[in-house]
Amino acid sequence: MARVVVDVMLKSEILDPQGQAVQRALPRLGFAGIADVRQGKRFELEVEGPVDDAALGRIREMAETFLANTVIEDFTVRVDS
Amino acid sequence: MSERSERTNEHRMTLDTVKHATETPDTEQPWSELGLKQDEYERIRAILDRRPTGAELAMYSVMWSEHCSYKSSKIHLKQFDEKAPQNDAMLVGIGENAGVVDVGQGYAVTFKVESHNHPSYVEPYQGAATGVGGIVRDILAMGARPVAVMDPLRFGAADHPDTKRVLPGVVAGVGGYGNCLGLPNIGGEVVFDSCYQGNPLVNALCVGVMKHEDIHLAKASGPGNKVILYGARTGGDGIGGVSVLASETFSDTGPTKRPAVQVGDPFQEKLLIECTLEIFREDLVAGIQDLGGAGLSCATSELASAGSGGMRVELDTVPLRDATLSPEEILMSESQERMCAIVEPEKVARFLEICEKWDVIATVIGEVTDGERLEIFWHGEQIVDVPPRTVAHEGPVYERPYARPAWQDALQADDANALPRPVGRDELRASVLALVSSPNQASKAWITDQYDRFVQGNTVLAQPEDSGVVRIDPDTNLGVAVATDGNGRYAKLDPYTGAQLALAEAYRNVATTGAKPLAVSDCLNFGSPEDPAAMWQFAEACRGLADGCLVLGTPVTGGNVSLYNQTGDIAIHPTPVVAVLGVIDDVTRRTPMAFADEGHLLYLLGDTKVELGGSAWSQVAHGHLGGLPPAVDLEREKLLAEILISASRDGMVDAAHDLSDGGLIQAVTESCLRGGLGARLVVPEELDPFVFLFSESAGRAVVAVPRSEELRFTDMCGARGLPATRIGVVDGDSIEVQGQFTLPLAELREAHEGTIPALLA
Repeated sequence: MARVVVDVMLKSEILDPQGQAVQRALPRLGFAGIADVRQGKRFELEVEGPVDDAALGRIREMAETFLANTVIEDFTVRVDS
Repeated sequence: MSERSERTNEHRMTLDTVKHATETPDTEQPWSELGLKQDEYERIRAILDRRPTGAELAMYSVMWSEHCSYKSSKIHLKQFDEKAPQNDAMLVGIGENAGVVDVGQGYAVTFKVESHNHPSYVEPYQGAATGVGGIVRDILAMGARPVAVMDPLRFGAADHPDTKRVLPGVVAGVGGYGNCLGLPNIGGEVVFDSCYQGNPLVNALCVGVMKHEDIHLAKASGPGNKVILYGARTGGDGIGGVSVLASETFSDTGPTKRPAVQVGDPFQEKLLIECTLEIFREDLVAGIQDLGGAGLSCATSELASAGSGGMRVELDTVPLRDATLSPEEILMSESQERMCAIVEPEKVARFLEICEKWDVIATVIGEVTDGERLEIFWHGEQIVDVPPRTVAHEGPVYERPYARPAWQDALQADDANALPRPVGRDELRASVLALVSSPNQASKAWITDQYDRFVQGNTVLAQPEDSGVVRIDPDTNLGVAVATDGNGRYAKLDPYTGAQLALAEAYRNVATTGAKPLAVSDCLNFGSPEDPAAMWQFAEACRGLADGCLVLGTPVTGGNVSLYNQTGDIAIHPTPVVAVLGVIDDVTRRTPMAFADEGHLLYLLGDTKVELGGSAWSQVAHGHLGGLPPAVDLEREKLLAEILISASRDGMVDAAHDLSDGGLIQAVTESCLRGGLGARLVVPEELDPFVFLFSESAGRAVVAVPRSEELRFTDMCGARGLPATRIGVVDGDSIEVQGQFTLPLAELREAHEGTIPALLA
């Protein structure tokens, strides 16, 4: 079965409290040199049947309406090879 | 990102300085896109005697928006001041971040209700969450520790698919933000009506407590004092959110150019609260303001105009989350969890030290000057030079035309009292079940259980009680009670009376728990002010509320106006939401709503007339809205309140519940279910059983009186002239209306508590 990955990230202008919390924790734990952290989420979809344009179109629709909140998030869709 | 950098580089090359603006008077400016009208733009040019710079244009456009300038509502809101009753308890009146009320024992309480309607429709979770965050900072800025929040919410039809998108998000947002802050959510409302389908109302209230000497005001005085911005970094959140989101109708062209919404961080806000309270304790600020709508534009111009008038700000010192932001964007950003303080130079070091301790970023961004101009610089070049009052307070004021709509007469003539009523015992019984299980009358526990109601351990009463009560002094048991109410259906039928009914209900709810009502805050949600009908509704509601407050002796201390709640030509019902705050000397004497003791006698206080206009029954049984709302008698409300407060203080009643939407049977059902005991009711001889059970006459409450107190209680009512009718007794495990029907509590509970989870869970 083919796998399609949908990555969802907060839009660049949107505050990311989780990312900020991680960034603040890094120097405390001895990891220097990180200027900014943004945290997102990744969906791995196991697709039944061929991953053709129609399937990718459906997945984009899925991402647009359900996986991502497009008011505050962006997403990318790619086929995992 | 690359597109943005390019834009910024281009922008840097042509930084629109004051000098540049003077030299290029004919440059076309996007005033229309920023929501300004032609004459408003001309006025800015006249004030400045040149064209505004881009940064100035940004400031004026957000500050002159409806949301910030109250340009359509101002002339009507004046009445709250002009007709304000004399009230010694008022320490700070209308006009500050929030009003402050003396509650005795050296304590003062501040409270305010605000709207976050449009953002919550676009992004329900974050919109509602940042609504809570914003009102909490308003209360904090007065010097008070926030102690409780409440949320009056209104959504479209309960079974509409979009309600299932909006409601869970809003409820989770309210709960998520408030619970993280550790603030109990002690009440509010949830109302469904298809008129709110495209315009849900998310109002948020916060109560804060302080000692009298802790009151702080938003002003920047004392030349040489430093302007400190502290809290979160500034990002691209909600740029134009205030001017665009809160002031224009949603076009039905789809989700295209929706502006960025703000995302809040309640843990940052918690740090901000504790940090600010420590700063207050050490007396380190001369003036303070929170950053809400219009961000830095609002904070700098309002602080400067409330003080001596001069302020100089180095905008490039503002800590940014996104280094590519332009000065205009920084001025308009609505990033959450930020405050602005005015600090004497010798106190700056200690101020910054406290911020450091709380892990709060704090930066000196400017100082108070002895001039009368607000001057803002960007990398050494001046981009703003304005008289701050012209930005903050001397914006346009409109006397919008208003007119009683042509359909008002037909609406009022469509008499609900003439609707077909249930015939016979079985139909009456079925009508009761239909009423108590309808979305508006059903239990809202599924919603309110998602909020933490008891955190901090001072909550005495919370939803579904008549008002939320919190203890503010653990030694003396001094407490405050707050209730919010509003009935858009009543207000649609008659906005003047509808506003007074909202006031009367909130006032009554506070008194029902045994607290003395002191002050009012209001959130006025209406349609477009450019529509004379909506403007008439607004004008009438303001007049009604101001007149009502004068009679009840409870001044309006502040609040908020939300206009443009309409989609296309369809406006929401006019919805004035009224919050009343009261004080109770000893919270252990408060009156709960539950009928919890068998044998207690039930008394109906007040007069019941045939008043079904706008009633819950007319909505549930007929989908009808017409006729006149119940009549208001404010002198009667005062008398009823006095009786309820005396009865609570002297231990004459064990339970009380106000009668409002749904009438007597709704109130008795709620009190019985809460106490787990039934009631036997007798229909008074002069009343028709249906009217007895379903009429919504105002100025009424039902009380449970122990037999030992009956004589004392009825004597008191008789002596003061309040009708008190014995209508039954607390008994058994069903509600029996004698000669009519019997409804087992289990059946009522299933009907009352099953509806909301079935629709939304």
